[in-house]
Amino acid sequence: MVTNGQQDENPAHAAARVKMQAKKVAVFYGEAQALHDVDLDIREHTVTALIGPSGCGKSTFLRCLNRMNDVIDICRVEGRIMLDGEDINTPSLDTVHLRARVGMVFQKPNPFPKTIYDNVAYGPRIHGMTSGKSELDEVVETSLERAGLWKEVRDRLDEPGTGLSGGQQQRLCIARSIAVNPEVILMDEPCSALDPIATARIEELIDELRTNFTIVIVTHSMQQAARVSQRTGFFHLGELVEVGNTDQIFTNPDDQRTQDYITGRFG
Amino acid sequence: MSGEPDYAARLRRRHRSEMRFRFYGLLSIALAGVILVVLIGSIVLKGYSAFWQTHVRLDFAISAEQVDIDNLRETNWGGLVKATLRDMAPGVTGRRDKRKLYQFVSPNAGYDLRDAIAADPGLLGTEFSLWVKASDDIDMLTKGHLDRTLPESDRRVSDLELGWYDRFVGEGRIELRFNLDFFTTADSREPEEAGIQGALMGSFLTLLVTLALSFPVGVMAAVYLEEFAPKNRWTDIIEANINNLAAVPSIVFGLLGLAVVISLFGVPRSAPLAGGIVLALMTLPTIIIASRAALKAVPPSIREAATGLGASPHQVVMHHVLPLAMPGILTGTIIGLAQALGESAPLLMIGMVAFIVDTPTGFTDPATVLPVQIYIWADSPERAFVEKTSAAIMVLLAFLACMNATAVWLRRKFERRW
Repeated sequence: MVTNGQQDENPAHAAARVKMQAKKVAVFYGEAQALHDVDLDIREHTVTALIGPSGCGKSTFLRCLNRMNDVIDICRVEGRIMLDGEDINTPSLDTVHLRARVGMVFQKPNPFPKTIYDNVAYGPRIHGMTSGKSELDEVVETSLERAGLWKEVRDRLDEPGTGLSGGQQQRLCIARSIAVNPEVILMDEPCSALDPIATARIEELIDELRTNFTIVIVTHSMQQAARVSQRTGFFHLGELVEVGNTDQIFTNPDDQRTQDYITGRFG
Repeated sequence: MSGEPDYAARLRRRHRSEMRFRFYGLLSIALAGVILVVLIGSIVLKGYSAFWQTHVRLDFAISAEQVDIDNLRETNWGGLVKATLRDMAPGVTGRRDKRKLYQFVSPNAGYDLRDAIAADPGLLGTEFSLWVKASDDIDMLTKGHLDRTLPESDRRVSDLELGWYDRFVGEGRIELRFNLDFFTTADSREPEEAGIQGALMGSFLTLLVTLALSFPVGVMAAVYLEEFAPKNRWTDIIEANINNLAAVPSIVFGLLGLAVVISLFGVPRSAPLAGGIVLALMTLPTIIIASRAALKAVPPSIREAATGLGASPHQVVMHHVLPLAMPGILTGTIIGLAQALGESAPLLMIGMVAFIVDTPTGFTDPATVLPVQIYIWADSPERAFVEKTSAAIMVLLAFLACMNATAVWLRRKFERRW
């Protein structure tokens, strides 16, 4: 069923190290099972897109990767998820530390109702990553620059982050999550609340960020998956149907359901 | 088949019922408005005169020998006032008539004279006049609350006193003046001397205790229940009981205060400390419920954002959720305190209904509070306390209006869009 371990024709991708690895991950909400035995490798410095119809479990899987499901009382996760070969679900691993290494950008831009500066500085502050104001200033500037927002907000860092446009807010959220210098960034439909121009900016940005970070993106839009990702996984009814190189998934999928989905027969 | 006319008739009926519905709504609002206007109007009409007080001008000519300037307490100030009154109304001989004459002014007129001399000893040896408060009966006469046409035996003011009064009015000795003392003195048996400062101070101290106890406890309880507590049977029971507590009649809290706070812990009776503890118990459920609602209103996306950055649950709450919920929490707290400010029943149980002539200065001094002061005055037989009662109600209402306005202002000012 799971078609992991495809022959990778692109040597650049094949060479990429496996950053995170999911083994037989199953998620239950109370009695209902939302995910069935997902096996997925996430490669370093690669954009992995997770696609599939609504309610197929792709967001649920994404939230397992930095244990955001812990906050939901009735949620139970089985199986193993490894980050650099270390199981992230061992009780000894601190979620605070995990989430500093695996950052997250959410569907709806959710800047804190604080200044732009404070939004970006929050992560470094709570993790005590900087010593002194000038160092923090520098982190804020580089993060905003990497998120492609610096030029637009350099003169109004003390204005509230909620006053920015939707696309700017989302880039602020990206800047906020890269300020803690994570290894992996999880993006849960980061463009679904944005207009096409803002979406294009974010997509460009994702491509740039790939050089420094490993990115997993959940998206509704198959075009977006095709544009930004190198690897794509297709989820359906709580199962990972197929995973492979993006061009292969979109041109020559192995599974009939993938074929039906990408040609628009359902979803 | 239902034809066109049938449909049109049904449509008209629907419109008519809509009109009726709106009319009932308007009627209810109009009724509520009229009741409010009548209530406030009657209180203001009855009470506004309490802010003015009839004063009588007394002319003194006191020589330095009559007064020991180094020991003002020893002088018989009352006697000096009486002598002046005798001069003003010559020909009063009988003991009874003299007593009536002396009762024309407030028994505290002697203290006013002492204070005047103490403030300016240069007055000694000169002729000077001093405005002192008239007694409550004369005050009522001036304000038109006594009917002069009644037969003498049914009147509180005799013909003789009326004669003096009319003469003094003719001489320009009677004047209505603003009664600042109403705000600067505590309760008194003499209506003309009674003020609300004692009750105001008592209310203030009591509310301070209430706030200091109920705010931190209430907010911490709400934060724990909302953010940290597991959702199980125990928390359900706690939640149900907090809601029950909010519905417990306040007198029950008074009994609890009497049994536990005073009898068991030995907090002094009638003290703002005891009252504050009791009112804090009463206010707690209000604050907890309002705080939980405010915490719940903080969008989950903010929590997710902070959690996703690696903030610990404690940091998520302290850095983001609590600050964002604070306006709502403060609004709930102010409304809870306003409730406490207007509460009298539980305080009656713990002895804050005592007659106290000194303004309390500490948390363990005997004190009373505004609503209880209103109750005490409303219970007093003197006619002059009627206006005092209404005036005290006005002061209480003014404070409540201010507190509620603050709550509204806070809500407006910190209202956020996410």
